[in-house]
Amino acid sequence: MPEFSVLELKNITKSYFGNTVLKGINLSVKPGEIHAIVGENGAGKSTLMNLIFGMPVIHDTGGFEGDIIMDGQVVKINSPRQAMELGIGMVHQEFMLIPGFTVMENIKLNREPTKPNLVSKILGSNMETLDYAAMRQDSIRALEKLGLEIDENAYVSRLPVGYMQFVEIAREIDKKRARVIVFDEPTAVLAESEANHLITAMKRLAEQGISILFITHRLDEVMACSDTISILRDGELVKTLTREETSVEEIAELMVGRKVERGQLPSRSVEPDDDDIILELKDLTVEMPGERVRGLDLKVRRGEILGIGGLAGQGKVGIANGVMGLYPATGEVIKDGEALKLNDPKAALDAKMAFVSEDRRGVGLLLDESIAVNIVLTSIEAQNKFLRRTILPGVHLLDQKAVREYALKIIKDLDIRCTGPNQPVRRLSGGNQQKVCLARAFSLEPEILWVSEPTRGIDIGAKQLVLDLLVHFNREYGMTIIMTSSELNELRRICDRIALVYRGKVAGILKPDASDLDFGLMISGKQPVKEVG
Amino acid sequence: MELNMSKVKSICSPSHLRNFYEKFGLPRLIICLFLLGLFILAFIMKMDLTILLSASLDRIGMNGLLVLAMLPTLVTGVGLNFGLPVGFVCGLVGGVISMEYDLTGFTGLFTAMLCALPLALLTGYLYAALLERVRGQEMMVGTYVGFAVVAGMCIFWLTAPFKNPSMVWAIGGKGLRVTLTLYEHYSKILNNFLAFKLFGVNIPTGLLLFFGFFCWLAHLFFRTRTGMAMVATGANPMYAMSSGINVRRMRYISVMMSNALAALGAVVYAQSYGFLQLYTAPLYMAFPAVAAALIGGATLKKATVGHIIIGAVLFQTLLTIALPVTQTVLQGTDISEIARMIISNGMILYALTRNERG
Amino acid sequence: MNEPKIAPQTLSEKTVKLKEGKNLELILGELSVPLFFTALCLLGIIAAGLNPRFLVNEIITRLARNSFLVLSLIIPVIAGLGLNFGIVIGAMSGQAALIIITHLEIGGLPGFFLAALISVPFSLIAGYLTGLVLNRAKGREMVTGYILGFFANGVYQLIFLVLVGTLIPMSNPKMMLSSGIGLRNTMDLIAVNKALDNALLSSLRLGPFKIPWATFLAIGLLCLFTAYFTKTKLGQQMRAVGQDMHIAAVSGINVDRIRLIAIMISTVLGAWGQLIYLQNIGTFNTYNSHEQVGMFSIAAILIGGASISKATIWNALIGVLLFHTLFVVSPLAGQRILGIPQVGEYFRSFLAYGVIAVALALHAWQTKKKAASRDKE
Repeated sequence: MPEFSVLELKNITKSYFGNTVLKGINLSVKPGEIHAIVGENGAGKSTLMNLIFGMPVIHDTGGFEGDIIMDGQVVKINSPRQAMELGIGMVHQEFMLIPGFTVMENIKLNREPTKPNLVSKILGSNMETLDYAAMRQDSIRALEKLGLEIDENAYVSRLPVGYMQFVEIAREIDKKRARVIVFDEPTAVLAESEANHLITAMKRLAEQGISILFITHRLDEVMACSDTISILRDGELVKTLTREETSVEEIAELMVGRKVERGQLPSRSVEPDDDDIILELKDLTVEMPGERVRGLDLKVRRGEILGIGGLAGQGKVGIANGVMGLYPATGEVIKDGEALKLNDPKAALDAKMAFVSEDRRGVGLLLDESIAVNIVLTSIEAQNKFLRRTILPGVHLLDQKAVREYALKIIKDLDIRCTGPNQPVRRLSGGNQQKVCLARAFSLEPEILWVSEPTRGIDIGAKQLVLDLLVHFNREYGMTIIMTSSELNELRRICDRIALVYRGKVAGILKPDASDLDFGLMISGKQPVKEVG
Repeated sequence: MELNMSKVKSICSPSHLRNFYEKFGLPRLIICLFLLGLFILAFIMKMDLTILLSASLDRIGMNGLLVLAMLPTLVTGVGLNFGLPVGFVCGLVGGVISMEYDLTGFTGLFTAMLCALPLALLTGYLYAALLERVRGQEMMVGTYVGFAVVAGMCIFWLTAPFKNPSMVWAIGGKGLRVTLTLYEHYSKILNNFLAFKLFGVNIPTGLLLFFGFFCWLAHLFFRTRTGMAMVATGANPMYAMSSGINVRRMRYISVMMSNALAALGAVVYAQSYGFLQLYTAPLYMAFPAVAAALIGGATLKKATVGHIIIGAVLFQTLLTIALPVTQTVLQGTDISEIARMIISNGMILYALTRNERG
Repeated sequence: MNEPKIAPQTLSEKTVKLKEGKNLELILGELSVPLFFTALCLLGIIAAGLNPRFLVNEIITRLARNSFLVLSLIIPVIAGLGLNFGIVIGAMSGQAALIIITHLEIGGLPGFFLAALISVPFSLIAGYLTGLVLNRAKGREMVTGYILGFFANGVYQLIFLVLVGTLIPMSNPKMMLSSGIGLRNTMDLIAVNKALDNALLSSLRLGPFKIPWATFLAIGLLCLFTAYFTKTKLGQQMRAVGQDMHIAAVSGINVDRIRLIAIMISTVLGAWGQLIYLQNIGTFNTYNSHEQVGMFSIAAILIGGASISKATIWNALIGVLLFHTLFVVSPLAGQRILGIPQVGEYFRSFLAYGVIAVALALHAWQTKKKAASRDKE
C-alpha cells in the first residue's frame, strides 16, 4: 500500500454553540484503504463526516478549526458540491434515490451528458437533449466496477431494498475522479446477506484504488473488511489501530471506556426483588420507524429504576413508545398480572403508567400554551381531574382556580424557573421545559414512569437536576422508573439495572458497575461475558 | 407613583411596540387603517353614518355564525373549512322544508333550524370521514366537494317533490324557484326582535344576541374536557394522543360542529336577507367567512372566539361601508367588489404562505 | 494511478430479481377514469339523439379552442406543482394583450401574433410572481394557486375597471364605459376573429367539416415541444424536482428556480391558449372570460386520466375530447330524459366539480397510503 495519503485531517476541532463535539482530530486515509470509524452515539462520527462532505450544517454553525489536506494541499470544503469536485463522495444512510426514475437516470442524476440542438443554441445549455446512449454506457461501467449486473432501465422503486444502496454507490463512483467515498452506517438497513454483498463491493472498490471511510457500529463488519480502525469517543480520536493488531474486545472497551462517578444514592426501605414483577413485556414488537422493536422480552421489578441503553436505531426508544400506544405494537404487556390493551394510549394511562417522551417539543409539550395548561391537560383528559360541576348535569368546566393553585405548587416543588404559571412553555429553557414534561407525568400519579432521553439537549447543570428529580420520584413516591437513554454514563449513575437493546431485542442486562468491556461488547451485539438479573 | 411611571415606560419601549405589531400583524393593521380611512371619507363627504352603522350591524349578525363555523376546524388543525357550502345547503333544505308547511314566525325559523341540524350532523360526519382520508389536502378537497355538493343540490332543487305554490316555478310546476321570498314566513324575525334605535343607529338586538349566544357557548365549550381535547389536538396531535385523546374523534367532532354552525348560519343569513337563495348562490359562501376569520387574527394553527368576533366585525363593516363610500367618492365606479376580492383573497394568501412556527 | 482492473467475478446473485411489474389491473385502474367518461359520453350521445354531423363539427371546434390551454397544464404537473389553478393568471395576461391590440386597432394574423408577443412579458412577470408565492407555500400549491387566481382577478379588475382612464391615460369611446373610466364589459374582437383558425388552407375541408388547420398546427407544435422538453436537461431536472424536492436539492438542483421556471412556462402557454380560445369565439367578457378557464381545463385533463402527479399529452387531448362531448350532449340529454334542460347543465357542472374533488381526494389518499407503507419498510 502506498505511503502518501489522499485525505488528511489535521487537528480538527468543532463546536456547536460553545459545546465542543470534536477535539483535535488527526486522521489520514491512504489510497485504496478501508478506514473504519467506530464510536458510540454522540461520539462525533456524523459531525466528522458532515465536515468532510461540506454539509451546510457545519458552515451555518460557525465552521471549524484545523485543516483538511488533500494531496498535500490544504483544501476548503464549504459545500457538498465542492466536496464532489474534489472527488469525495458520500453514500447516505437513507437512500437519496428518486423512485420513479430508472437506475440509469438515478446514477446520472443532474450530471447527465447532453447533446446540443437547435433550441439549445438559442435558449442555452439547459435545453440540450439528454444523451441516453452515453448515460447508459456510463451507468453500465459504474455498475460493472461494483460487480453488479442489473438492468439499468429498471425503475428504482421496483428494486429490492438491498440493491438501492448499490445504485447509490454506483452514482458515487461514476462521478469523475471519485477518490474517497464515505459510507455512513451503510449496513444499518440491510439484511445480513445484503450486508455481505456490500462488504464485497467495498473491497472491490478499494482494490481499484478508491479509499473508503466506513462508519459503523457493527464490530464484526469492521473486522471483516477494514484495514485501519479509528475509535472516536466524546469527540476525541482515542486510538487508530490496524486490523491485525487489534480485537473486537479491545475496540469495544475503547468505545465505551470512561470512569463513572456513581455518587451515593439514597437508600430504600424495601429493595426491588426479582419475585415482585410490576411489568412484563413478552415478544413485543413496535413499528416505530428507525427504532423498531422486534420481539423483545423484559421484566421490570417493582420500585426499581431500570435503564434501557443501546445504540441509535437499535430499538431502545421504540419500547416506551410502543407500550404507551404511540406507535403500532404487538405482543403482550402484563402489568400487575393483567394484560394491557395495546395501541391505546388511554389504556396505558389508565394502567397508571406515564411517559416523558424523548421528543420534548414534538410530543411532550404544547409550545404555545401556558405552563399550567401543559401540566394539567393530560390529567384532565385521562383522569377527569381539575374539572368543576356546573348547573347543567353532566357538563363540567375547567376549574381555573384549582389549576392555578396546583401549578404554583408544582412550579415550586420542581423549581421550574419561570415568570408564572401563565408563561408559554416555548420561552422556557430546555431544562425547565423538561421539568414541565416531568410535572405533566407526575400529575398523573403514575406507578410506572417511562422516561426517554431525559437529559437530551439541556445543559449540564440542568442534567443533574433532572436525574436527581427522577431519583426523588423513585425514593419518595415509590415510582418504578424505566429510563431510556443514549448516554450509558447517566444510566450507570442512577439505575439499578441496565438492559441493553440490540437489533430490537434485549441483548442482556448488566449491573451499573459492570465493566466497560461488557458494556462495549453488549451494545455492539456481541456475546456478554456474564449476565445478571 | 414611581412604579406606574416605569410601567408606562416599559409599555412604550420599542420592544413592546414591536411585540404588539407582531401580535397584531401587518395585514390587520392595513385593514384597520383602510377602514378608518373609509370612515373619515364618509364623514368628509357628509354621508349618513347612522345608516352605514346600522347596515354594518345587520351584516355582522347575518354572517357571524358562518364565520364562527370556521372556529372548530381551525382549532383542531383541520384548517379552513372551505367546504362550508356543504353545511350551508343543509340550512337551505331546512328552510325549504319549513316553508313547504307554511310555518311562520319563530316556529318557522326554529323548525328550519331543527330540520337542518340532523342533516348537517349527518353530512358533517360523512364530510369528516372524507377529510380524514385526505389529510394535508383538506382545503382544496373541501373547496371542490363544496362546489360539487352545490351543483348536485341544483339537480335536487329542480327535481325535489315540493308542492307549495309559493316555492315552485309558476310555469310547469316542477322544480323550486331560484329565490324564495321569506316575507310571509320569518323574514327579519331575529333582526326585529327587541330592536331599538340608539343615536339613530338601528340595533338588531335579536340577531346580535343570537350570534353572541353562540359565541358564548363556544367560549364555554373550549373550557370543557372535550373542548380542551380539541385545542390540544390542533396545537400538537402527538401531545394529544399521548394524553389519551382520540385525535381522530376530535377532528370528526370539529367538522360536524362546523357543518352544523354553517347550517344554522344559513338559516340566520336567509332570515336576515329575507330570501332563501337556492341553486348556485351558496357556491362561494366559504370565502368571505374564511377571510373574516383570518382578518380577525386566526391562523391555520390557532384560533379563538375573540378572533372570530373581531374578524366578523372588521370584515363585514368594511364590506358594508366600502360600497356607498367609494361610490360617492368615485362618482359611480364601484370598487367595493374589487376591494372585497383583493382583501379577502389577499388575506387567505397571507395565511397560506406564512411560515408558521412549528 | 493504474487503470483499475475490473475483477472478473460478480456478486453471487447475478441478476437482481425485480419486484412484480405492472399488471393488467393497474393499467385498467389508470384507464378507468377515461373509460368511465367514454361510456358516459356514449350514453349521452344516444340519449341526446344529436345529429352526428353537428356533434362532430362542435367537437372539432372545441378541440381547437381548448386543447392549447389544457396542454399548458402539463409542465407544472411534471415539476410537482400539481394542477396549475393559477393558469387563470396566464389567461388574464393574454386578455391584457388582446385589449392592447384592440385599442391599437391592429387586426388579422399580424394582430394576433402581436398580441401573442405582447402577452409574453406580461405572463412572464405574472408567472414569476406566481412562482414566488407558490414557493412559499410548498405542499399546498394548488389551494394557493387557486386563491391567487381570485386575488389576481381583483387586481385585473382594479386595473381595467378603475385605473384605466384615471391613472392610466386612455380614451377610446368604443371600448370604454361612458363615464370615461374603465373598460366596457364586453370586448368585440372582430379584428382578430378566427385570425388563427382561418390562417392556413381555410378552404380545405375534410369532407363536410371545416378544419382550423393553423390552430391544430399550433397545438401540434406545443405537443412536440412538450415531448421534446421532457427529454432535455431542464425537463429532467423538473422531473427530479417533481418526484422528490429533497433528493433533487441534494443532487445540486436549484429546486426553487426550477419550480419558478415551470410556472412561468405554464403561464406563458396559458396566455397563448387564452388568445387561441378568444380568437375562436370572437368576443370576450372583459371581466369574466378567464374565470372558468382554470376549472374547465383542469377538469378536462383529469377526465383524460391525468392525476395531480402525472399528466401526458394524451391525457390532455383525450380529456378535451371527452369533457367537451359531455358539454355538448348533456343539456340535450337532460331535456330528453327528464324534460328539464337545466338538469343536464347542472349535471355537467356537477361532473366538472366532482371529478376535480375526486381526483384531489384520491391523490391525497394515495400519498398518505404511500407514506404509510414507506414507513413500514
